[in-house]
Amino acid sequence: MFPPIPNPTTKPQRPTFGAQDLIRRSASTITPPAQRQTEVAKLIDVSKCIGCKACQAACLEWNDLTEEVGVNVGVYDNPHDLTANTLTLMRFTEWVNPETDNLEWLIRKDGCMHCEDPGCLKACPAPGAIVQYSNGIVDFDHDKCIGCGYCVKGCPFNIPRISEVTHKAAKCTLCSDRVAVGQGPACAKACPTQAIVFGSKDEMKTHAEGRIADLKSRGYANAGLYDPPGVGGTHVMYVLHHADKPEIYAGLPNNPRISPIVEAWKGVTKYAGLAVIGFAAAFGFVHHLIAGPNRVSDADENAAERLADGRRWRS
Amino acid sequence: MTNSWTDIRNTDLVVIMGGNAAEAHPCGFKWVTEAKANRGAKLIVVDPRYTRSAAVSDVYAPIRQGADIAFLLGVIRYCIENDKVQWDYVKAFTNAAYIVKDGFAFEDGLFTGYDEKKRDYDKSTWDYVIGADGYAVVDNSLENPRCVWNLLKEHVSVYTPEMVERVCGTPKAKFLKIAEMIAECSSPTKTMTSMYALGWTQHSKGSQNIRAMAMLQLILGNIGVRGGGMNALRGHSNIQGLTDVGLMSNLIPGYMNLPTEKEVDFDAYMKTRGFKPLRPGQTSYWQNYKKFFVSFLKSMYGAAATPANHFAYDWLPKLDVPFYDVLRAFELMHQGKMTGYFCQGFNPLQSFPNRKKISDSLSKLKFLVVMDPLDTETARFWEKHGDINDVDPAKIATEVYQLPSTCFAEDDGSLTNSGRWLQWHWAGGTAPAEAKRDTWILAQLHLRLKQLYREEGGAFADPILNLEWPYADPGDPTAEEIAKEINGKALGVVKDPADPTKVLVEAGKLVPSFAALRDDGSTACGCWIYSGCFNENGNNMARRDTTDPDNTGAYLKWAFAWPVNRRILYNRASADINGKAWDPSRKLIEWDGAKWSGYDVPDIAPTAKPNEVGPFIMNPEGVSRLFVRGMMRDGPFPAHYEPFESPVINPVSPRMQSNPVARIFQDDLRQFAKAGSTEFPFAATSYRLTEHFHYWTKHVRVNAVLQPEFFVEISEELAALRKIKLGGWVRVWSKRGSVRAKAVVTKRIRPLICDGKAVHIVGIPLHWGFTGVAKEGFGPNALTPFVGDANIETPEYKAFLVNIEPIDWPEA
Repeated sequence: MFPPIPNPTTKPQRPTFGAQDLIRRSASTITPPAQRQTEVAKLIDVSKCIGCKACQAACLEWNDLTEEVGVNVGVYDNPHDLTANTLTLMRFTEWVNPETDNLEWLIRKDGCMHCEDPGCLKACPAPGAIVQYSNGIVDFDHDKCIGCGYCVKGCPFNIPRISEVTHKAAKCTLCSDRVAVGQGPACAKACPTQAIVFGSKDEMKTHAEGRIADLKSRGYANAGLYDPPGVGGTHVMYVLHHADKPEIYAGLPNNPRISPIVEAWKGVTKYAGLAVIGFAAAFGFVHHLIAGPNRVSDADENAAERLADGRRWRS
Repeated sequence: MTNSWTDIRNTDLVVIMGGNAAEAHPCGFKWVTEAKANRGAKLIVVDPRYTRSAAVSDVYAPIRQGADIAFLLGVIRYCIENDKVQWDYVKAFTNAAYIVKDGFAFEDGLFTGYDEKKRDYDKSTWDYVIGADGYAVVDNSLENPRCVWNLLKEHVSVYTPEMVERVCGTPKAKFLKIAEMIAECSSPTKTMTSMYALGWTQHSKGSQNIRAMAMLQLILGNIGVRGGGMNALRGHSNIQGLTDVGLMSNLIPGYMNLPTEKEVDFDAYMKTRGFKPLRPGQTSYWQNYKKFFVSFLKSMYGAAATPANHFAYDWLPKLDVPFYDVLRAFELMHQGKMTGYFCQGFNPLQSFPNRKKISDSLSKLKFLVVMDPLDTETARFWEKHGDINDVDPAKIATEVYQLPSTCFAEDDGSLTNSGRWLQWHWAGGTAPAEAKRDTWILAQLHLRLKQLYREEGGAFADPILNLEWPYADPGDPTAEEIAKEINGKALGVVKDPADPTKVLVEAGKLVPSFAALRDDGSTACGCWIYSGCFNENGNNMARRDTTDPDNTGAYLKWAFAWPVNRRILYNRASADINGKAWDPSRKLIEWDGAKWSGYDVPDIAPTAKPNEVGPFIMNPEGVSRLFVRGMMRDGPFPAHYEPFESPVINPVSPRMQSNPVARIFQDDLRQFAKAGSTEFPFAATSYRLTEHFHYWTKHVRVNAVLQPEFFVEISEELAALRKIKLGGWVRVWSKRGSVRAKAVVTKRIRPLICDGKAVHIVGIPLHWGFTGVAKEGFGPNALTPFVGDANIETPEYKAFLVNIEPIDWPEA
């Protein structure tokens, strides 16, 4: 078994990475640092996961997020999808193995995969709103986000969500704040069976090999590691009992790639688009001169408060 | 638990049956994960539902709820038939060779001596033949047809794989696969652990479910060894502590009995508690009962307990019935005979069966005091909440007092976990507003009562006026003070009985362990089994040293385990008759020619010779019991009985449908659905979900987000049969009540074929109510029957009958 993440020191720590360690920055050209930091990774072993949702709870608590108390729609997935507050979500799939006729309950913790080649970052038009550190972590900078939602389109895993309240994009940060001061992600810390472990990407691959050998010995001939090459590999990886069929795990993409539309965006479309934006800005300025500023009505205010509170009205 | 959580990592095979460890004990379940990773252990899950535990199992088999005994006796039969028995263990360490009295028999689902009117047995034949020497007669060749082994063989012969399939609905091939895996653990070098919980206890034959597995474990030689054992996963962090300190209506601390009214004086009480050994040279440790009992009385009544007044025996309450358990308490309330109720850390409106009866009973009270950190439904039973709590407040006159108390994280103290570890904890936060510690509230009540008795007198004031109250601040006893009182101390000088010149404990000092307790009034001890938890070495429960020589999982320097810091009970049985470990790689304690020693505190006198003294020192036999004599009300062997509400007629003994000695109150009898009822055709069960803890966490937003709303689970087949849609509203009703829920339609529940008939299962989780932040919802106790286990009265929440239909209801 992978040794537990040691309790870090309680003394204040200097962050081990920061702005100087960026290797990519959305809508910007930067010079990457000469020395790349050790690549990190989170390994999620689906075969050890008991679906307890401690990771989901830890994520809400650590990131101080308030989610809506929803309803039951006939399944165990709650909330029913990722949201701007639910950055990680247990997805439950009931799958009957055609080879054994046995039911398997596949429970996958969904969330940002921290791609080596991040589609969200490529698609993002706001300079610096999405960055990638040299250790592999892909992070969002809310202050710079314009809420356009292009990152959602750019992501081959359908992960980012736009907040209805702040109109900013949100996704898992791999707890970059914790990792920077020597701690593991909150979800890994909370996981009782160590189905989630965190370390350097090489360590995680080695750990995965042991797990895969164990699964093979238990009859899972196709057990394997999910580290898809189509996005240059990921910094969140899965151990799957059926690595030949990732799609059975609540639609995990078999061969994820950045959408060709996004790739095109980086080419000619970008410049054509910029011209359109320039025109729109000029139009907006003229419109402002003629029509005056936009006002927030009371109804808008109330609607916003209701959203911010996150509570549903009770009948 | 006979073993500990940390010991589970030493096992080769985990059997989760009667529980759902991954779901209800996710943190403890990590030791299963460790066993799988470290030893390549396999996990078997047997459950009516494909649970979260099943999701990570190697083999899963379905079973109809309430059919566990048939399954387990089927496995025992398989082991006997296929000679998968750890013979050296069975012969040396069980009562297999003991000869049973001639009158004893089992026929048509009944043991000898049944009295239908009393619903009770005359158990006089359920015992050994006693020889002229006063000891039980044994036949070590196991040839005598009346020896326990041969009676057992005959008793289980009916539980063939075909019968198991017929009763349990478990496909024969699955059953045989599991039986084969379990039988492999009869090897001295392979062990199996049993992890069970309320899935076994909450039946009208709950105790016998557990006995059946205990017997299997003995036959496989898995008791007392590393990675083995009978491991009860307790449902609350401190429920082990609750039973240990005797918070049961018939117990006093340390599993001693409260006297009955027939035991009119001290001598009459002690007369049946001699515990004379049944075989030569056996320890029969309960022979020390008097020491523990007198020391308890001294801790209760201090100087007022003297040899002259038999240590104030007369002041103890005397039971006129076997138990005042919750079912009886609410029956009395319902009859108007109990008019006041003090409800501490309990939520009966949600937790006890037949909610309508509970609500009606609370409405008849003059007063109700609720002491709880949370705003419970019980405290608000009089409040109308739509169809969920459909009462008329105008018609309820009960005066309700709410005393907000601290929660465990706001208080110092100890919690006793499933593995009998007493772990000290420190307050992690301050209590909100007016919340007070439970000890403060009770101390204040006691002092006021004492004052009233002193000033005004009253009937039988002695037990109150003379109650020992030795705390520095009488109004606010501290956790340390209480812990020391529980540990016990020497009131006079305690000397070594073997050498009276040697002083063992000076007067006024804390006793090192219960070995120092005396029956002459020179020691006081609140709970003998806890003795050693806080002695002159300090607070042993607060120890946090993770040293574990050779990684045995014992962790002897972490906290304190009762008794005397022993981590695995019966650990003498980890070694063979000569004192050598059965499995050298799993050595626990061994005999070195002069004494016992090893990784754990030996569960035997350190110099007791291996060939002479048996490992089961609490039993007068010195061995364990495959045949339990007259100690259980419903039989010396388990037998399959149907739940009181069952979809089928008992296939094993059609003439005796359900447990013949389970207690039923007359009014409740009318509220049971008939076997195979067409009005209530579906077999329901209730359980917890991992996202919540009981009725507490619905008060916490995060937990409410993760599982927001009450639902029931049904198979795709039942959904099709009743035209129920995924996520649609349904009504589920029993003969006692009705609930409204969302429908989770799942492949994880399948109809079972029992006795040729399809049995559909309806799963009903608990956790919702009408206080807190989760969606308002019902609980399964609106539906469950008011009947309890024959031995300890645990209600039958796990098996009952319901009907189900889709309904229209507006979305909240």
